[in-house]
Amino acid sequence: MSTPSLGKDLVGLEPLSAEQILLILDTAEPFKEVSERAIKKVPALRGKTIVNLFFEASTRTRISFEFAEKRLSADTVNVAAAGSSVSKGETLVDTAKNLEAMRIDMVVIRHEASGAAQFLGQRIRSNVINAGDGKHEHPTQGLLDMLTLRDRFKRIKGLKVAICGDILHSRVARSNIWGLTKLGAEVAVCGPASLLPRNVQDLGVTILPRIEDAIQWADALNVLRLQLERMEAGFFPSLREYNRVFGVTNERLARAPKDLLILHPGPMNRGVEIDSDVADGPHSVILPQVTNGVAVRMAVLYLLAGGSPDWAQSGDESPSTSSGQALPRAERGER
Amino acid sequence: MKPILIRGGRVIDPSRGTDGVADVYLEGGKVAAVGRDIGTPDGAMVLDASGKIVTPGLIDLHVHLREPGQEELETVATGAMAAAAGGFTAVCAMPNTDPVTDNQAAIGFIVSQAQRAGKARVYPIGAISLGQKGQQLAEFGELVGAGAVAVSDDGKPVVSSHLMRTALEYARTFGIPVADHCEDPTLAAGGAMHEGIVSTRLGLKGIPSAAEEIMVARNILLAELTGGHVHLCHMSTRGSVELIRRGKESGIRVTAEACPHHFTLTHERCEGYDTNAKMNPPLREPKDREAIRQGLRDGTIDAICTDHAPHHYDAKEREFDNAPNGIIGLETALGLVISELVVPGLLTLPDLVNRMSTAPARIFNLPGGTLAAGSPADVLIADPAAEWVVNPAEFFSKSRNTPFTGRRLTGRADVTIVRGQVVFQRAG
Repeated sequence: MSTPSLGKDLVGLEPLSAEQILLILDTAEPFKEVSERAIKKVPALRGKTIVNLFFEASTRTRISFEFAEKRLSADTVNVAAAGSSVSKGETLVDTAKNLEAMRIDMVVIRHEASGAAQFLGQRIRSNVINAGDGKHEHPTQGLLDMLTLRDRFKRIKGLKVAICGDILHSRVARSNIWGLTKLGAEVAVCGPASLLPRNVQDLGVTILPRIEDAIQWADALNVLRLQLERMEAGFFPSLREYNRVFGVTNERLARAPKDLLILHPGPMNRGVEIDSDVADGPHSVILPQVTNGVAVRMAVLYLLAGGSPDWAQSGDESPSTSSGQALPRAERGER
Repeated sequence: MKPILIRGGRVIDPSRGTDGVADVYLEGGKVAAVGRDIGTPDGAMVLDASGKIVTPGLIDLHVHLREPGQEELETVATGAMAAAAGGFTAVCAMPNTDPVTDNQAAIGFIVSQAQRAGKARVYPIGAISLGQKGQQLAEFGELVGAGAVAVSDDGKPVVSSHLMRTALEYARTFGIPVADHCEDPTLAAGGAMHEGIVSTRLGLKGIPSAAEEIMVARNILLAELTGGHVHLCHMSTRGSVELIRRGKESGIRVTAEACPHHFTLTHERCEGYDTNAKMNPPLREPKDREAIRQGLRDGTIDAICTDHAPHHYDAKEREFDNAPNGIIGLETALGLVISELVVPGLLTLPDLVNRMSTAPARIFNLPGGTLAAGSPADVLIADPAAEWVVNPAEFFSKSRNTPFTGRRLTGRADVTIVRGQVVFQRAG
């Protein structure tokens, strides 16, 4: 049986097949364990050079990628737009080509323009990984959300996942929609109609107009961050009203027919899209998401670098054999 | 200047309702005679047009020639040469230059650059408002006196309905149309492509069709209010076509134009973030493309224009959001109209000549658009069956930004004659 490869770049989940997505999730499983060791390092990417090119502010994603790279023994450099030649007007292509002239192997890019990762991937030889491009995709976030769902439910197929909030401006929503629908989940989007993209139902999702509907329907809620500037731009009236009408609260969750798993990609606005007692409650997997983010990113880096998914047989390079532990310790809700 | 005899072509002249094999004799910069078996006058240059069509030269109501201000993209001379190579004997240059063509000196500069170039005629369009700022009317009287044939703030909509009203009223004094780029700026703000399923997938901010249609409706209502002539630029949506149809049925003085890309391509062309598919108005949906085609067929849309918009390679070699709008079109328009509208049977060749020459001349009240005796000797000889492949490296335009690279087209210009002189003749 031939193993599906990921190709040169990871720009989104839309171009991937279900098999490719499963390959990443399955490859992430043994990597989870690496981060649980006393010495959190495997030699898989030793000698590889990776540039983290962040044109937008990011804490969680940038650090998660950096940990993933370092735990795979890659050499990493972080470039932020401010303080680099980008602030002198250098174009994205020129920046990347100059970096490539220093003989790098991979670029992880976060950029405010949709399509920036694909644009770059088509113009440089290095592998390009999209760490969020405008309102387009954030594939590793989608993957870590799916890994977290799979940890809890042991399946993706048939799961009912409601993505709640500002779908219009969300790259997380798009990556979740593509990934989950490809793996056979049922996906709904829920939010004010002013924050839903045109024709979103044509992506194969159901529109649920009220948060109460989503809570009745779903097995899991993925609650998106609401940005204050959207209020200033006239997309919704106020944070206060948003919380009253669309906020995920314990009071609303109490009326659900079953316990709902709660995901949030962060950073949270406590008391706006999600109440603190939900975010910190027993059904929240917000921190396990973050933990899984490192494993998923290790898997993506490893696979794009040409690593074989068949670790268990791959000898010393395999993190699972080197720890003597064949199977990963999955998150099982003990947190 | 030698007289020219164009022999044995299919002469198509919708202005006189004629279509048949004939000779065309040009002398003294005028059409001297059209008829069968005109003998060869002494000293005349003879052009064999057998198997070709002979028509009044094409007229483009909407081009951006970038001079003054962005001569690295295009100049009046290179634009006029590209026009001639595309079969156009006249083009109308939009005023969004740097500085803006909002005064008689600037209009005079365009006119003089066009005369120096000596290729296709270039008619300047003056700005509606000073600096295209949408506040104070430009001096239409002086603009027209210096050679402007219309006014427009193209590239920017006239946001203020009051200003649009007064522009339509004031323009009546001079018998010129007011051409508007129809776009509600609050709906379109930040938009990079058509709002629909493709913008949703690509995560790009969309421009809804309503942004255009709101202004189309407003402009038609203001034309009715004022009795002025409003000309609607580069129509792109089904709703716009329906509004114009209703306006015309009511006898309102509204004319409209559409571009080849809007009856050829749809928003799917933006897949892969190809910045050569980025333009404003954006490429729309199949239903819109079909409506534009039908509008051109039934005359709801009067004219085909190019919205020729040169941009530098570096400017288009950007993230989609950060790339400028627009494509060049002068050297592909005729081939696209024949391939997309004539070959499939939507337009006849006489319809094409009407939409690309006779109607544009009428709308902006320009010389040309006819082969009537005594009219300017602006003539196109084209091979409607020539098969060719679009190769931007062969363009006369300074810029190369086209989504049609590699496209196989049918039909192109062979000889373009302006003022009785050959300004373009295809080699071979």
